[in-house]
Amino acid sequence: MNTLTAKNTDTLMEPRAIRKTKPESAISIKNLNVHAGSHHILNNINLEIPKNKVTVLLGPSGCGKTTLLKSLNKLTDLYKELDVSGSVFIGKDDILNSNHNIPALRQKMGLLSQKPYPLPVSIFKNVAYGLKLKGVKDKKLIAYNVEQKLKEVGLWEEVKDRLHSSADSLSIGQQQRLCLARGLAVKPQIILADEPTSALDPVSSKIIEERFRELKKYYTIVIVTHILRQAQRLADNVVFMHYGKIIEQGTPEAVLKNPQSSQLKEYLVDGF
Amino acid sequence: MQKRKTIEERVFRILTGVACYSLIGILGYIIFIIFNKGFSSLTLDMVTKLPSGGYYYGGEGGVLNAIVGSLYIAGGATLIAIILGVPAALYINSHLIRYKRTQNTVRYILDSLWGVPSIVYGAFGFTLMIWLGMSASLLAGIITVAFLITPIVIRSFDEALSTIPIGLQEAALSLGSTKSQTAFKVLLKQGFSGLVTAILLAFGRAIGDAASVLFTAGYTDLIPTNLDEPAATLPLSIFFQLSSPIPAVRERAYAAAAILTIIILIISISARYFAKHYSKENIK
Ligand SMILES: Nc1ncnc2c1ncn2[C@@H]1O[C@H](COP(=O)(O)OP(=O)(O)OP(=O)(O)O)[C@@H](O)[C@H]1O
Ligand SMILES: [Mg+2]
Repeated sequence: MNTLTAKNTDTLMEPRAIRKTKPESAISIKNLNVHAGSHHILNNINLEIPKNKVTVLLGPSGCGKTTLLKSLNKLTDLYKELDVSGSVFIGKDDILNSNHNIPALRQKMGLLSQKPYPLPVSIFKNVAYGLKLKGVKDKKLIAYNVEQKLKEVGLWEEVKDRLHSSADSLSIGQQQRLCLARGLAVKPQIILADEPTSALDPVSSKIIEERFRELKKYYTIVIVTHILRQAQRLADNVVFMHYGKIIEQGTPEAVLKNPQSSQLKEYLVDGF
Repeated sequence: MQKRKTIEERVFRILTGVACYSLIGILGYIIFIIFNKGFSSLTLDMVTKLPSGGYYYGGEGGVLNAIVGSLYIAGGATLIAIILGVPAALYINSHLIRYKRTQNTVRYILDSLWGVPSIVYGAFGFTLMIWLGMSASLLAGIITVAFLITPIVIRSFDEALSTIPIGLQEAALSLGSTKSQTAFKVLLKQGFSGLVTAILLAFGRAIGDAASVLFTAGYTDLIPTNLDEPAATLPLSIFFQLSSPIPAVRERAYAAAAILTIIILIISISARYFAKHYSKENIK
């Protein structure tokens, strides 16, 4: 009863205008620390990733961007040397500390890595893989989804006649789009992308980037990039990291055009 | 300077080439000797008939008993090694991936087991057999040889699996697979041709080994019809015939060796064919 009243007054006291503009978070990172031995890779990260927006992670090589991304879907589990503490809330679930169904939580996030890693099966089965894990058995439904997702990433026309050949036979750029389609097929709310265009040729990069611009309407996107122009084109929210700490964050205009810290100024000078 | 470089390059090429081709030459010579010496005895009888009473003194018959016995033992042992070895290798590369030290210890132990001479496995199998109250039999032979080749299956499949980039596992996990699903749906397929090589290696070792079956499988002129009957093997058959004072019998030893070589060649070629056609390029 008491808590209810407290909550009510809280809501009442909060001015309407602010409540409306305060963005909802898709991911909420609290006191995240990652150590590898004595190396403090991520230093007390507190970050809200706004829903249905593109958050770009920037920072010099080795500052911990990939590690941050991997902490978000608990892939840090694969590395015993990484000692992870803190919380990462995906909605209400703390993925780092729950005994919750981790695979199901991971399915809320699609992952796109620097290099495409197609599964050792056909193009079709790559996209169908996650659906089957989810328990979808209806063949027609799977086929429909595969087609939709391949269209969504602009790959359908190129592969529709060879859906059942190996995914390895695709070019790197096509493979990366396939990996994106595969991730989208499990219907995630969030897309995590670690330098998704760095291994690609300019044309493929452009296609992937265009896809992201489309996708941001429906998904929360966290993307690591070293390409400042790409950051500028895509970002709603820029986060600048340096030696495992978040130094600055805000809109691209604020962060990229008007840097405050000396570290960011230096990074921008080298970058443009 | 430029000239010295090209001379160095040429010398190096010649040395490495000689090393490589002389090995192939030696292998070719061994095969030549076997076929040359065994050719006249390599008759249809040899592969279709059991040894008659006087066979080891030059009498009628063939080595069908040893051919079948060897196939039974190598096949059975390889089957056991696959059943035990495939999950073990997958485990090392999925669940143990975060425990590098345990992973290395396990690998070291398996490597040591690989290096243990087969006579030791034979002695071990013999002790085990006595302890279980068994006598020399097909089953005892299969179990002993399985001990010998399981480390080979695990380690050589593991070697193929360990080259799979961790990014592929990350991809599979991020799509919502559990570790076991990652292992069986992704790693197994990705490492499939490595598995075929591992099985081939193990089968070759199993069918060619004499010491491990010496005390455990026994020897018989008949084809075993049951797991608790003794079984003949080609290596022992070769050994018995080769130690005969009669030239005709020694010739048959070479013929048996040729048969053993042919079996290994057939298995090897068909396995490669199989690996190529069912590797990930063609998995639908
Ligand atoms: N498994 C690990 N064990 C030990 N140290 C690690 C591990 N993973 C990452 N690190 C260290 O953590 C730091 C951050 O690495 P991370 O890969 O997150 O950097 P990054 O910002 O993504 O760099 P880049 O832009 O080059 O990709 C690096 O110094 C790296 O050496
Ligand atoms: Mg990185």
